Amino acid sequence: MKSERVLRIEGLCVKVGDAHILGGIDLEVRPGEVHAVMGPNGSGKSTLAHVLMGRHGYEVTAGTVTLDGTSLLELAPWKRAQSGLFLALQHPTEVPGVSLEAMLAEAAAAGGRDQVGIRESLLVEARRIGLDARLLDRPVNVDLSGGEKKRNEALQMSVIRPLYAVLDEIDSGLDVDALVAVAQRVKDATDEIGLGVLVITHFSRLLEVLEPDWVHVLSNGRIRASGGRELAERLEVEGYGGVLGEATDAPEVAVNLGVSETLITDPLA
Amino acid sequence: MPNAFNSSVSAALPGPEWLTDLRREAAEGIGDVVLPSADEEVWRYSRISELDLDRYVPLTKQVSPLGPVPISDAVDRNVVTLVLRNGWLETSSISAEAAELGVTVGRIGDLEDGATYFPSVLENPVDLFDHMNAAFTPEPIVIVIPDGVCLREPILIFLHTDADSAAVFPRLLMRCGSGSQATIVEHHSSSDVVSVVAPVLEAQVGNDARLSHALVQDLGSEVRQFAHQVFHVGQSAVLEAFVAGLGGCYSRTRTDCRLVGRGGEARLTAAYHGEGSQTHDFRTFQEHAAPDTTSELLFKGALDDASRSVYSGLISVEPEAVRTRAYQTNRNIKLSPDAWAHSVPNLEIETDDVICSHASTVSPVDEEQLFYLESRGIPTAIAERLLVEGFFEDVLARAPTEPVALALRATLVGRLVRRLHNSRTETPK
Repeated sequence: MKSERVLRIEGLCVKVGDAHILGGIDLEVRPGEVHAVMGPNGSGKSTLAHVLMGRHGYEVTAGTVTLDGTSLLELAPWKRAQSGLFLALQHPTEVPGVSLEAMLAEAAAAGGRDQVGIRESLLVEARRIGLDARLLDRPVNVDLSGGEKKRNEALQMSVIRPLYAVLDEIDSGLDVDALVAVAQRVKDATDEIGLGVLVITHFSRLLEVLEPDWVHVLSNGRIRASGGRELAERLEVEGYGGVLGEATDAPEVAVNLGVSETLITDPLA
Repeated sequence: MPNAFNSSVSAALPGPEWLTDLRREAAEGIGDVVLPSADEEVWRYSRISELDLDRYVPLTKQVSPLGPVPISDAVDRNVVTLVLRNGWLETSSISAEAAELGVTVGRIGDLEDGATYFPSVLENPVDLFDHMNAAFTPEPIVIVIPDGVCLREPILIFLHTDADSAAVFPRLLMRCGSGSQATIVEHHSSSDVVSVVAPVLEAQVGNDARLSHALVQDLGSEVRQFAHQVFHVGQSAVLEAFVAGLGGCYSRTRTDCRLVGRGGEARLTAAYHGEGSQTHDFRTFQEHAAPDTTSELLFKGALDDASRSVYSGLISVEPEAVRTRAYQTNRNIKLSPDAWAHSVPNLEIETDDVICSHASTVSPVDEEQLFYLESRGIPTAIAERLLVEGFFEDVLARAPTEPVALALRATLVGRLVRRLHNSRTETPK
């Protein structure tokens, strides 16, 4: 039986040291969907992104994550990536001495994909995302500006062509041009290759281009509210306090946001 | 001192009388010189206590070859190619172009003015190995680049050891005339022998001259090496000295770089990789003896298995060396929990108005970088290999010739791939 195509997070609880950071996250991202996770600082947004890719230092105490039926949590990060997950980092790491092309060629070889054409693909995507092609020959992220690094993350995503992408504050520190370029490329990928997107952001500006199907508000390690794009607009006007009320320890039921359903369902269904 | 290292052995070596006298003098003095001890700062962490000189004898004559000297393919475009076996000159060839330009290469004993070249810039032996080299070096080799001569292709020197249980003492004496330019690549190799090699290089870089030098140490796994290289850098001259540490059981390279002329510059680089129970030991001296001199040192190594490295370096700035700029950086990657790297930078500054810096690090492969590569779908072991290759990229870019850089890159990649393969076969998943 063919497994259902969905990135499914169920009851995910995560500890860092003694601190409980995530207290039961449920999310489903289907191909072509864009889900935005918003929330105040310290709400656990970045933890969610990192734990999905299996970064060291996070302890999953409960819950499951499956990608098209494959259980991810027991896999090494590189196996998660090979299963079709991509993580764009808030602060992309500089990797001295390793070229972008060499990195992507190794990634392709390890995943049994064709290495031929990576250069071509990089050049095409660099043009599309507006990254100076001369930067392609630099070691990964070394001496790139903040905006260039983010464009570079989007570039890698486009070349790797994952099934699902987690974008961790890819808009932070980005000028408007870069923001639009990156967001547009991600949005195009949802149409062109059916990419499912989980985008973590502080700002609704990114969402104006990305047009999320769903917006989730994360606070104190739980999703307190879910809704459509208008939720992001409300957050912009009212702030987190306004939307969530004083009750940051609110019960699991979502705040009534005036949309037909507050629980996550597939809008394409 | 073991009996084998005596003046009658020294006296049996070939050469003109003046050379025999110099050697005898050194040999007679050896009795007073003690084996260094790890208590001395310059020998700290050195494994010197493991050296049993009774196991080795100095050679009085060349032994018959065990096999061909391994000579890399890069030989065809060199102006000079020298092969020394066990310290004896085996073959030498000099291009017509270099001969025409007046480049001199040969045994010191064959030169009319040989006595004027020896000793050169190593005026006083600093330790027992210098003493032994002076007493037992069979055929010091002289290389002279005349004033103003620029050699486009490198001088290649193969120092090969295939005598077993031997103490081997090659010696190279270089003089780069004013305004000359040359590149020298020394390859140190051995067959599968248990021997000790104590080579000495003395190099004088004349005013406005430029010397690029590389020592590629790829000795067999039972060979101990105690190399000493001394450079004097003249006014407005530039020295680039590069060391690659790959082989040997214990391999020590002491580099004394003395900036004797105003505005002289030196760039010192090393790349080393340890595996098994190897030790790579580097001692460097950046001596600023003239104003406006610059020295910049970058030594980088990766240590696998139970291998060790030692780096200890001293920047010294003498009172007259105002406006000195001196930098010293040593970085080490530990690839195994059993590997060790000691890094001891030191400064000794006797004047104001200088810019000096030193930095050293010893750490495993960077976790952030590893996670980043893994998050792109690269398996952990391959990601580590890429990172270690990347770690060496800047030092390999400083190799004096492209063939040296390529050969080193290939050797390192070969070792890292082998490691990857071993880790796969050991822990099948």
